[in-house]
Amino acid sequence: MSNLLEVEDLHICFSVLGQEVHALRGINFTLRKGEILGIAGESGCGKSVAAKAIMRLLPAHSSSVSQGKIFYNGQNLLKLSEAEMRSVRGKEIAMIFQDPMTSLNPTKTIGAQVMEGYCLHRPEIKKQEAKHYAIELLRQVGIPQPEERFLAYPHLFSGGMRQRAMIALAIASEPKILLADEPTTALDVTIQAQILDLLRKIAQENGTSIILITHDLSVIANMCDRVAIMYAGKIVEEAPVDVLFKTPRHPYTQGLLHSIPRLDTPRDHPLVPIEGRPPNLTKTFSGCAFCPRCSSALRICTANDPPYISCDTEHHVACWREHPQNPHNQG
Amino acid sequence: MQLFATLLRKFFLLVVSLLCVATLTFILMHTIPGDPFMQEQAIPAEILKSMYHHYGLDDPLTVQYGRYLKNLVTWNLGPSFNYEGRTVNEIIADGFPVSLALGCESLFLAIGSGLLLGSLSAAFRSGWQDHMAIFVSAMGISLPNFLIATLLQFFLAMKMNLLPIARWESFAHTLLPALSIAALPTAFIARLTRSSMIEVLQQDFILTARAKGLRMRQVILRHVLRNALLPVITYVGPLTASVITGSFVVEKIFAIPGLGHWFVSSVAGRDYTVILNITVFYSFFLMACVFLVDVLYCIVDPRIRLREGRITKNQN
Amino acid sequence: MDPDHFLPLCSRQPIVQDQVVAGSSYWKESLRRLRANRIALLGIGILIFLGLFALFGPMLSPYEHYEMHLPMKNSPPSSKFIFGTDELGRDMYTRTCHGARISLFVGITAAFLDLVIGVAVGAIAGCVGGKWDEAIMRTVDILYSIPHLLIVIMLMVVMGPGIFTIIIALTFTGWIGMARIVRGQILQLKQLDFVRAAEALGASRGRILLRHLIPNAMGPILATMTLTIPTAIFAEAFLSFLGLGVQAPATSWGSMASTGVYALRFYPWRLFIPATFISLTMLCFNLVGDGIRDAFDPRLRT
Repeated sequence: MSNLLEVEDLHICFSVLGQEVHALRGINFTLRKGEILGIAGESGCGKSVAAKAIMRLLPAHSSSVSQGKIFYNGQNLLKLSEAEMRSVRGKEIAMIFQDPMTSLNPTKTIGAQVMEGYCLHRPEIKKQEAKHYAIELLRQVGIPQPEERFLAYPHLFSGGMRQRAMIALAIASEPKILLADEPTTALDVTIQAQILDLLRKIAQENGTSIILITHDLSVIANMCDRVAIMYAGKIVEEAPVDVLFKTPRHPYTQGLLHSIPRLDTPRDHPLVPIEGRPPNLTKTFSGCAFCPRCSSALRICTANDPPYISCDTEHHVACWREHPQNPHNQG
Repeated sequence: MQLFATLLRKFFLLVVSLLCVATLTFILMHTIPGDPFMQEQAIPAEILKSMYHHYGLDDPLTVQYGRYLKNLVTWNLGPSFNYEGRTVNEIIADGFPVSLALGCESLFLAIGSGLLLGSLSAAFRSGWQDHMAIFVSAMGISLPNFLIATLLQFFLAMKMNLLPIARWESFAHTLLPALSIAALPTAFIARLTRSSMIEVLQQDFILTARAKGLRMRQVILRHVLRNALLPVITYVGPLTASVITGSFVVEKIFAIPGLGHWFVSSVAGRDYTVILNITVFYSFFLMACVFLVDVLYCIVDPRIRLREGRITKNQN
Repeated sequence: MDPDHFLPLCSRQPIVQDQVVAGSSYWKESLRRLRANRIALLGIGILIFLGLFALFGPMLSPYEHYEMHLPMKNSPPSSKFIFGTDELGRDMYTRTCHGARISLFVGITAAFLDLVIGVAVGAIAGCVGGKWDEAIMRTVDILYSIPHLLIVIMLMVVMGPGIFTIIIALTFTGWIGMARIVRGQILQLKQLDFVRAAEALGASRGRILLRHLIPNAMGPILATMTLTIPTAIFAEAFLSFLGLGVQAPATSWGSMASTGVYALRFYPWRLFIPATFISLTMLCFNLVGDGIRDAFDPRLRT
């Protein structure tokens, strides 16, 4: 299985009102062909930033990539010219966003918006043909009466329908990778399930690899093949889904899983939160970002940032406890 | 059907506004101390009395008001007391076409350059184009138009001989005056366009458009412009007013025989009927313009048809 | 690596349950943003200087503003007359200081009166709502559609020129812009939850208006007021150009500039000096007003 996308040591900084925010402090992950990778983490951990960075959609005047590489098809996306990047966007890598209400232009018809990207990357296709294709796409994503809906404006659609239209828009040019930034967060639970099913269908039928970004671990469990957990701008654990849920190694992941209430615990059992708050990313600090909140912190944790350690073939953790030189490591 | 009702309501408001202006003007006319014949030498009482009677100035106020309104509607604006034998109608007929031509030219200039400047500014935010555009706009807003007109005349016409100094004889003669009048509105439109474009550019659907692979230029043309232009259309009222008042000074400085020039002269000469009636005329014209644009806006904006789905913006 | 490093961390500060981020109120945050805006600060600095110039400038001059030195009329800036003299031999420096007083006084007073009337009308319309709101806004809309400067000219023609008539004329329709903005702000704020909370606690409408709504609308209000001043100064200059401004021997920058226009060819300083002051003042007020508006804009908050 080859690596479709490789992100190497990515560091991203934002400049907000004169202050520097270190949004990504060195992340590494890969996406393989045909798999669904989940990226999970709290709000503000940097997952959206990572996705936008891949597409190079971050605001140019206030953000900067201080370090790192993003390899797609052997090319470093960060080094491409804007014109070259434009031929990647939509055609090779597509993205769908969280809020379908505001992510669609209210003054243009759904049909026009679905067709737009497609016509852009395939200028030789005639308008009529493109229109037929767009209507087919709408049908494929499960929008009823697509011929009429083609001419409708976004505000006439429900939330779920809009998200389906967004998905149609994104897969129109048959991209190899689909970045889904919290696609179901703004939707009702029942609609969530439908949208996730749709995404899974697209992955299977079209062979599209998906990076699914979410804060909801149940979505990860449902959908993904592998998952990366992010905290404070770094990836703290990466593993196949069942391995992560069965044997989480990082204290943060463990805390997250413990905090999810289960159906089989007694009613008076208290909820177990993770104490404290994520760190302020305007300040640089030494040591592990999670250390102040970690119940199993070691002395070395305050001083040094933990390296990315492979504790198993597919399982990586950024934690000193897993370090091979740790005498207390069970191995 | 709803569209028609809205238009009717707007038309009604227009009529009421016109009535207010006319009434205000009437009240002012009759609060002016002294009477219109004061400038002349002492006139024998009987002749004064017959002149009053001739002009209908001895009737009760309500009758005069009614007559005044009737005159307005029938487009009879009365005589000028300073220029023997000229009526206000004639003055307007003489001067207005010239002013109209100058005004339209200034308008095109202002809207064109303002939109261009504002779009460049927003598209290249924080770049040198933005800073330059902001600087130029700041200048446009801060330099009074008579200053700009004088400076342009002094440097471009007198010193460098690039363009004619004054009068209204050829197209070249129109350039400096039009530039002077257009300066302030250009700055305003540039700023308006810039801020509304920046606001639209921050909306989520712009990210969607860019994620499809569109270039910035296409994004702006297809997704941004329509949405960003709407606030600029609402500026048309103040824009026309600005052009009108700009014409007063500019026509004076460049010796252009337009309505503004006449207006300024009558102010200097205290020719009250001319002043007040031309003001009424200007007000009517301005309000009619605003009304027409309003109507156009209603018809053109798809979001009036899409009222429910409108992304709420700070409407004021 | 030293195996001791891997010993558990025992001494550690207890987790602060809720790290209280040094919170700033809306005002402090906005003022901080304003202070970070260097252009606006420069504008404020220049305006303070101009204010001092207006107040104390004449004291530095040996002449009065109406003192004529006819043999020296129309002389360029020199060591005797720093800004030169005008057509009646009066010292331009002293006249500029005096003009500063008049122009700034007219501008600021007119803007302040606009503020008071505009806030009152706008607040009542926004707060009371219903029929009153409709009635007031209809009236305002009608008045708004009447060209402001034309009304000012008409009023000046009728009332005769003079400082106070100018202020009255400017205020006559000047408050409308402020009223609309205030009303818009209040309508927006009224829907926010903190108003509902205040109502639920039993606060009266007047109290909510004075203590909650108006303070929160202060940003756009201040910005509008700061932006009204240059309009007033310009209007005064415009009126002077038409002969309706302040009358001799009192002077304003506007009247100095309007007489200076005719002398541009031979005595350019007579135009450039007052014109520079007018432009500088208007520019600074515009920059500061923009700065205030950006600083208080809730959408730009982190």
